[in-house]
Amino acid sequence: MARPVVELRGCTREYGALRAVDALDLAVLEGEFLSLLGPSGCGKTTTLNLIAGFVEPTAGRILIDGEDVTGRPPHLRGLGVVFQSYALFPHLTVFENVAFGLRERRVPAGAIAQRVKEALALVRLEGRERQRPAQLSGGMQQRVALARALVYRPRVLLLDEPLAALDKRLREEMRDELRAIQRAVGITTVFVTHDQAEALGLSDRIAVMQGGRIEQLGVPREIYERPATRFVADFIGASTMLRGRAASGELVTVTGGVALRVAVGRVLKVGAEVELAIRPERVRLATAPGDNVVEAEIDALVYQGAQTELTAKLADGQRVRVFVTEPAPIPLAPGQRVRLHLPADAFMVIG
Amino acid sequence: MRLRLAVLLLLAFMTLPTVVVIAVSFNPTAILSFPPAGFSWRWYVNVLTYPQFQRAAWNSLVVTGGAVLLALPIGTLAALALERARLRGRALWAAALLSPLVVPGVAAGLGFLILAAALGLLRSRIVLVVAHVALVLPFVVRSVWVSVRNLDPALERAAASLGASPRRIFFRVTLPLLRPGLFAALLFAVVVSVNEFVVSLFISNRVTEILPVAMFNYVVNYTDPTIAALSSLFIAATFLVIWLADRFLDLGRVFLQH
Repeated sequence: MARPVVELRGCTREYGALRAVDALDLAVLEGEFLSLLGPSGCGKTTTLNLIAGFVEPTAGRILIDGEDVTGRPPHLRGLGVVFQSYALFPHLTVFENVAFGLRERRVPAGAIAQRVKEALALVRLEGRERQRPAQLSGGMQQRVALARALVYRPRVLLLDEPLAALDKRLREEMRDELRAIQRAVGITTVFVTHDQAEALGLSDRIAVMQGGRIEQLGVPREIYERPATRFVADFIGASTMLRGRAASGELVTVTGGVALRVAVGRVLKVGAEVELAIRPERVRLATAPGDNVVEAEIDALVYQGAQTELTAKLADGQRVRVFVTEPAPIPLAPGQRVRLHLPADAFMVIG
Repeated sequence: MRLRLAVLLLLAFMTLPTVVVIAVSFNPTAILSFPPAGFSWRWYVNVLTYPQFQRAAWNSLVVTGGAVLLALPIGTLAALALERARLRGRALWAAALLSPLVVPGVAAGLGFLILAAALGLLRSRIVLVVAHVALVLPFVVRSVWVSVRNLDPALERAAASLGASPRRIFFRVTLPLLRPGLFAALLFAVVVSVNEFVVSLFISNRVTEILPVAMFNYVVNYTDPTIAALSSLFIAATFLVIWLADRFLDLGRVFLQH
């Protein structure tokens, strides 16, 4: 097993009465790309700031390579940070921005020129050395910020929502590039984001956070397919939740009397309250009654080109979200009655 | 058209005193009369050769130079503290720092006079320097504060993450980014200090008096156009400073960026 590079042990950070990070334990492993994913206010940025040293924990320890760095100021931690706002120095040229960390490390001038050149080549910004940050596009500025954070070969790269300020197209482009660069350099990376698609696409592991705690830590597929909590199921992939009671080992009666077969790889305890989650893209429109097919009425729909997102109301009033791939097999309209197939293997049992 | 006329009238009204003073300064006769009876440089010669004016000019240079040199770092640190420090009663501190603006010059002058007398410093230019620091500080704090507010805190964090110590961050990032505010502060401080009269009148004597005070004393004793000539030089100098500042320091940006 890879050894931990960054470790947080029981880290808590309070702002007055607010506990932004709550007794957090986390180990970031050598060379991995770990995402801290969660809604705003979940503590992900505070966690990043704790690692960087911008804020100190009110309790707990922070270790880098097994060495306790709690209380050590950020400039002595030797980490690389990329900020959402880029935070490029407006009074310095691109070259001087990238050279900043090298100058602080008293690298000789000749070596600085060489390494800045290499770093700018890595982010495909050759020839921009003499320009000011304000003369570059947002995407280019973010690449300068990345080069600046990588040029002195830091132990860990910390990324604070680096793609959030870019428009959609550019964001996707930068995402791929970011991953390629991280792989090429092989640097241990902590990535803060509220965007689940980014986290799923980039990460080796994801820590889903809420309320200053980690709800679930795992590889993207595990997080998506086997959410450990209702929050994770809902936050990643916007699942539909259905409450019911286990009628047998693999049969759940949902309120309203419909019995649904579930295949979750384990036998349910008969009579137990069960919470089921199902992804909107796993629900299908059915043409005929059958196993795991329920009647519903279309409540609302949003046409999105490649698919139509609709909300359907079951007989007992519970709502199911469905993504129907376009072109839809039948015309869809609010108030229309449809049959939904909820495949047994699409269910996830929460808790 | 009518608006244009109104603007022209307003401009004429505002610049009239200046025009009169400049016109009178070229008057060949020893009377302060308008319009001038002819053209002559003799009062300018008088200004530049009058020993008391030479001494006062030197005093002005020392007092303004000293005051600005002290007020800039003090004001900058004060502005940073007002914005950044965990300060109890921030509004009160700000009010205290800006208070010289609202204290009448006579009251301030009297206060400095009494203090200087108590400390036995009445014959020294130190009192003038100290008083001028207090008088220009509000302008310095104000100007720099605006720049401090515009500073993105992420920039200093970025510098720290890149390995810069707090001291290095201050000199490599914070100070360069405060430059517009510092230039504005410098400009204000110089203009305010050079033109300061009321307070300086209380705490100077024939040896330490600065130019505005010397001019006043001259007018009390003589009524020839020398004083108009000196005033014109003052106006020209101030114009030059502002023009240079606008030309090279992009004054418009300093004032309009917020």
